[in-house]
Amino acid sequence: MPRTRYIEALSRALRDEMTADPTVMVLGEDVRHSLRRVTYNLAAEFGDQRVIDMPLAEQAGTGFATGAALLGWRPVLEFQVPSLLYVAFDQVVNQAQKLSLMTGGQAQVPVTYLFPGSGARLGLAGQHSDHPYALLASAGVKTVVPATPADAYALFRTAIRDDDPVAVFAPAALLGTRANLGDQVDPVPLGAGRIHQPGSDVTLVAVGHLVPIALTVATELAERGISVEVFDPRSVYPFDWDMLHGSVARTRRLVVADDTNRTGGLAADIIATMAEEISFRSRPRRVTRADVPVPFSPVLEKAVIPSKETIYATVLKAVEEVVAA
Amino acid sequence: MNDRDQVPDSSADTAALYRTARTIRRFEETVEELTAANEIPGTVHLYIGEEAVATGVCAALRRDDLITSTHRGHGHVIAKGAALGPMLAELMGRATGLNRGRGGSMHVADLSLGVLGANGIVAGGVPFALGATWAAGQRSERRVAAAFFGDGGLAQGLLHECLNWAALWQLPVIFVCEDNGYAVSLAAAASAAGSPVDRARSYGMAAREVDGMDAEAVYVAARAAVDRARSGGGPSYLHMKTYRFRGHHHGEAVLKLAYRSQEEIARWQERDPVQLLADRLPREVWAAIDAEIEAHLQDALDYARNGPLPDPETATDYAYATGLVPRQGA
Repeated sequence: MPRTRYIEALSRALRDEMTADPTVMVLGEDVRHSLRRVTYNLAAEFGDQRVIDMPLAEQAGTGFATGAALLGWRPVLEFQVPSLLYVAFDQVVNQAQKLSLMTGGQAQVPVTYLFPGSGARLGLAGQHSDHPYALLASAGVKTVVPATPADAYALFRTAIRDDDPVAVFAPAALLGTRANLGDQVDPVPLGAGRIHQPGSDVTLVAVGHLVPIALTVATELAERGISVEVFDPRSVYPFDWDMLHGSVARTRRLVVADDTNRTGGLAADIIATMAEEISFRSRPRRVTRADVPVPFSPVLEKAVIPSKETIYATVLKAVEEVVAA
Repeated sequence: MNDRDQVPDSSADTAALYRTARTIRRFEETVEELTAANEIPGTVHLYIGEEAVATGVCAALRRDDLITSTHRGHGHVIAKGAALGPMLAELMGRATGLNRGRGGSMHVADLSLGVLGANGIVAGGVPFALGATWAAGQRSERRVAAAFFGDGGLAQGLLHECLNWAALWQLPVIFVCEDNGYAVSLAAAASAAGSPVDRARSYGMAAREVDGMDAEAVYVAARAAVDRARSGGGPSYLHMKTYRFRGHHHGEAVLKLAYRSQEEIARWQERDPVQLLADRLPREVWAAIDAEIEAHLQDALDYARNGPLPDPETATDYAYATGLVPRQGA
């Protein structure tokens, strides 16, 4: 069985949805020649009207997708660079996302925003290294950050089929990872987390590319007799609070690894939510990106984003801490 | 030959335009009173003085054509055919409103009439017209969209993205600039450099200035643009010279802003767009229309006032088309 790369899983999901549903179209920059490889060969297969290069106009492109969605299409809008979201922010969070409520349910906007290559990847520097999923989650936009090729395939298809705007963040660091997908991949609904590895001493929440790192940390800590449960939310909005609650209620220790800014970030919300519900055995902790633009030089980049070492040390601290009764 | 001369000599057409313009005027005067009396919460941006634009443009559209509107959107929505009762109920925050009390003045929408929403962001709704007309075109539906925006919108980058894109793809979009002289308090001349009509022409689309106080002139210009768009001739830009007789929003009078003179306002009021149409009709015709409008408005008011307020338990309903229940605040 050939092993499928993450980026190929996204491509296969898009092809399968375009085959299944003639209202699915993809719009973006350089999608016909497939600079990001998600739309590889799709222009030849589905023609000019369903694989469309737009002018470099991200605001208009996002609004175009909204308009097409209002008339019954299911556009997939590819953002070549994650921070282009900022250029289009009003059209995403203030227009597309709000139309359903503001129109009292008249409007449906089934658009998928695809970010193939989100987050830092050694040397892309200040304006190409952001991983802005937490911003969209904060605005209530349905947002997924798949950590495996199988989840990338399943969640991308789920996103396209959803009747609301959904953002799909494919972490840059994972695009080359491979897995056996088989002929059938089970569907994954939005808001369904996944426990990659059960454990009893601490719950380690990891998002996106931090999931494989968290699994490595869990393996290494197991050698020291520490049992780490690795929880991957998969969707950051809606979030599988029930599954996380079940995990933390058992371990009563929590560490969150989240590659977005520390201030107002997703990790803060996860910890706050669990702290409202559960008495911890030790203080909950988080490993996040520093509150800075990613500096260019790779040694500096590594210093500001979560790493295996910082996650390892933080989990160890959470487990070893003795809290006064 | 001016635009007036091209209007088919049909007093019925003039009467229809008058009916729409007068309806908008009386609706807005009612809204003004209801806002002053706090029966309408928030604020409203009144269309009084600009009625000819929505009236003439929407008269040139079919029922299945589309519009995107602005913060000053009541006139567009009425001219596209929205029922006055549900519309007024929406402005009053009632469950029986067009948007079930979830949108209010700045977001009033009726998708069944092709009204893709008023919009609280200047030029924010314009790109919907691109995607919507493209989408309809893919199904071989020759639907045209009129995208309304003000002179303030001419300074927005997004508008230029849309002009460029619509021209590239020859989309059937009519860009309707309602130049009422001011972006809130900023004079149009301080907002848009050069000639807006020349600007639009530089994108390769038909563009012209129109007397935005004369609904018949607006109709003629819009009709030509709509016909061109529907027959595959691409987008047009119409620059409507018009004027708002009231402040930017309801609260402006309290602020006593002095960016324009009383003389200037009075000069424009001499060409009142509703009166201009009445003057072309026999008295008994406009008088009968006026009486009908008053009755409709009274019905609308009764409908709106009798509508229940939404249940606070439903405050987060409709946030998602799929029915996903959002996290609550406590």
